[in-house]
Amino acid sequence: MSKEIPAHNLSIYVANRPGALARIAQTFSRRGFNIESLVVSAGATGDFSRMTITAKGDEAGLEQIIMQCSKLVDVLACREHTDEEVVARELALVKVAVDSAHRGEVLQIADHFRAKTVDLSEKSIVLEATGSSEKLDAMVDLLSKYKIIELVRTGKVIMARGERET
Amino acid sequence: MSENQMNGAEALIQSLEKIGIEIAFGIPGGSAIPIYDALYKVRRKMKFVLVRHEQNAAHEADGYARATGKPAAVLVTSGPGAANTVTGIMTAYMDSVPMIVVTGQSVRGMLGKDAFQEADIFNLTMPIVKHSYLLKNANEIPRVIKEAYHIATTGRPGPVLIDVPKDVGTEACTAELEAEMNLPGYKPNPKGYGPETIRQIADALAKSQRPVIIAGHGAVLSRAEKELRQFAETLQAPVATTLLGKGVFPDSHKLSLQGLGMHGTAYANRAVVECDLMISVGARLDDRILGVPSQFCKNAVKIHIDIDAAEFGKLVKPDIRCRGDAKTVLQDLLPLLKKGDTAEWIKRIEGFKKKWPMTYAKKGGLHPPQVIDALNKLTGGKAVMTTDVGQHQMWAWQFFRCDKPWQFISSGGAGTMGFGLPAAIGAQFGRPGETVVAIVGDGGFQMTMSDLATAVIHKLPVKIILMNNHYLGMVRQWQDMFYDERYSGVDLEGNPDFVELAKAYGVLGLNLKRAADIPKVLKKALEHPGPALVNVEVVHHEEVFPMVPPGKPLEDTVLCHPRRKPGRPAGRKNGPAQTGKKNA
Ligand SMILES: Cc1ncc(C[n+]2csc(CCOP(=O)(O)OP(=O)(O)O)c2C)c(N)n1
Ligand SMILES: [Mg+2]
Repeated sequence: MSKEIPAHNLSIYVANRPGALARIAQTFSRRGFNIESLVVSAGATGDFSRMTITAKGDEAGLEQIIMQCSKLVDVLACREHTDEEVVARELALVKVAVDSAHRGEVLQIADHFRAKTVDLSEKSIVLEATGSSEKLDAMVDLLSKYKIIELVRTGKVIMARGERET
Repeated sequence: MSENQMNGAEALIQSLEKIGIEIAFGIPGGSAIPIYDALYKVRRKMKFVLVRHEQNAAHEADGYARATGKPAAVLVTSGPGAANTVTGIMTAYMDSVPMIVVTGQSVRGMLGKDAFQEADIFNLTMPIVKHSYLLKNANEIPRVIKEAYHIATTGRPGPVLIDVPKDVGTEACTAELEAEMNLPGYKPNPKGYGPETIRQIADALAKSQRPVIIAGHGAVLSRAEKELRQFAETLQAPVATTLLGKGVFPDSHKLSLQGLGMHGTAYANRAVVECDLMISVGARLDDRILGVPSQFCKNAVKIHIDIDAAEFGKLVKPDIRCRGDAKTVLQDLLPLLKKGDTAEWIKRIEGFKKKWPMTYAKKGGLHPPQVIDALNKLTGGKAVMTTDVGQHQMWAWQFFRCDKPWQFISSGGAGTMGFGLPAAIGAQFGRPGETVVAIVGDGGFQMTMSDLATAVIHKLPVKIILMNNHYLGMVRQWQDMFYDERYSGVDLEGNPDFVELAKAYGVLGLNLKRAADIPKVLKKALEHPGPALVNVEVVHHEEVFPMVPPGKPLEDTVLCHPRRKPGRPAGRKNGPAQTGKKNA
């Protein structure tokens, strides 16, 4: 197998202006980085947005991307965080096809991962789970034994622990 | 509407004037008519130049900025007008040139509906601008112009684009022209270093026995020529300049190595190969000067001074990085400098210069370097020189003797053919009393020559020296050297009679065919009060040397054609194939 390409957590604090997202996305695509997940949300005040990006690529490319992003006129800060430095959460909604025969098993899995049932019908169930991306991966993995009709994940959001800035 | 109520377009023109834009280049069109109407109605001091192609408008603004340090504006219409500026914007972006590009746009309600002449220029140009705006309403205009100017001219300069929907231009602007900027993320940071970095640099310099300074456009832009000279003289370190750094250290100075890189001098490249310390002052260390990036100054301490932190480690990993304005950094560094003990090193470099001097052929037809050299003598090295892109550009760079910055204007990063003439026009607008010479090739000149009209209308005495080798010479050189002479798509058969062409525009046209006539013809062109074009019939087959073959390190600088058979009409005197390495 080929060498595992490392995934990086980046947090970008950006003025809420048209084009900001496109400019940031371009700095990644230009350097061959694959964005795994991207979450854009309002910052603490309305004029700013917080972007959390998980992307795969080599260290040298990453350093370039951080510097190129930091240089964008709209960007106030662009930082990489190791997994240890942050709390990371993700939310997933999983729609699983279940008949009454298998519902119990699926609910058991849900219970193990502390997932909530947010919709239930005769042929399907929608589960909501939050936690680390790895935990969600594990849950989805187990559920894939049944028929997953749809899967929607928010992508990872991170926040630096303690006094550190994200 | 009260009597002195302005609309958005009027606010735009007034804001441009207020911020200090002295000249604008462009062509109107449907979406830009409100802007042109405002030009008609409210323009006072700003000069307007109607060009013949929007690419030229951008190159003219570019040439103006490179000759004066001040940005100019480009005013064009939507769709094709805006799209035509793309090459010019990219050229300015690659070379850190400030510029304000204002594009007309379809009305707001039609955006995204493929309206007539709608092009999403905001997104089209995103990777080649320092920043850009798509205006939403007229009241933003004073603030946006102020921000655009600030962004274009501070930190690492660059082009800023403002897309103006037609109905934003016509709606009332009630905002004060005196606006406040709102740029929370913009941090140009001319002093992004601390005293410990300066001390580290000083310590490294003190330890070095064979230092080399590389000076680039950043040193020009920060006007660091005085500090650079003091720095080099105190340290007794040789200075090589990049294409865009030409003149920031005097070519005639004893410590000058002139240019380095792919077509740099053999002694500059050799010095870089042998140095134990390389300090780059405002050069971004691009692939055209590095040879093979991983082998560049492999065993030397590498210090990189740049205002743009994103340049550090792009191709070369520096041992010390110093983010800051070149002039400021050198000013902080100078008091800590000890006089360098480099006599031995300088002596060695003198030896390189003797061994591999910059010479050129004088027999067997006309050779471009001869013409450049004659220009040196006739203009006393005082001319502003612009170039196009190709062999003639490299010869101009190699043989133009220039002791001051802001005097040599060339498209480096982008290598845009067609740049030479419009850049000269822009430069001449910026420096009206001075001699402006454009060195162009027969290929590139034909890409933008329509602006001869602009030179004539505005009585700009630009001197166009057209090195006519009837080839796309630089490509022919590569096909000759690296593709076994398979000449493909490089023969410019069907070239017009350039002298007649010049005359058709009202430009003085002169032919130059014999070496003996060089001074006479050039003098005639230089003394002519208006624009002049000299068609120089140069040797068709001639290669630019020294050269670092693509993919090779600077060690492999070759001084002449490795395969040139005696008796062929080669320009350069034939000699054994030499590399810097073998001869050192
Ligand atoms: C717009 C553009 N197209 C193509 C090229 C590729 N190119 C680089 S140099 C060159 C030849 C230039 O020919 P000419 O203008 O006659 O100059 P010469 O090399 O003969 O002096 C070409 C085609 C370029 N740099 N720019
Ligand atoms: Mg040519």
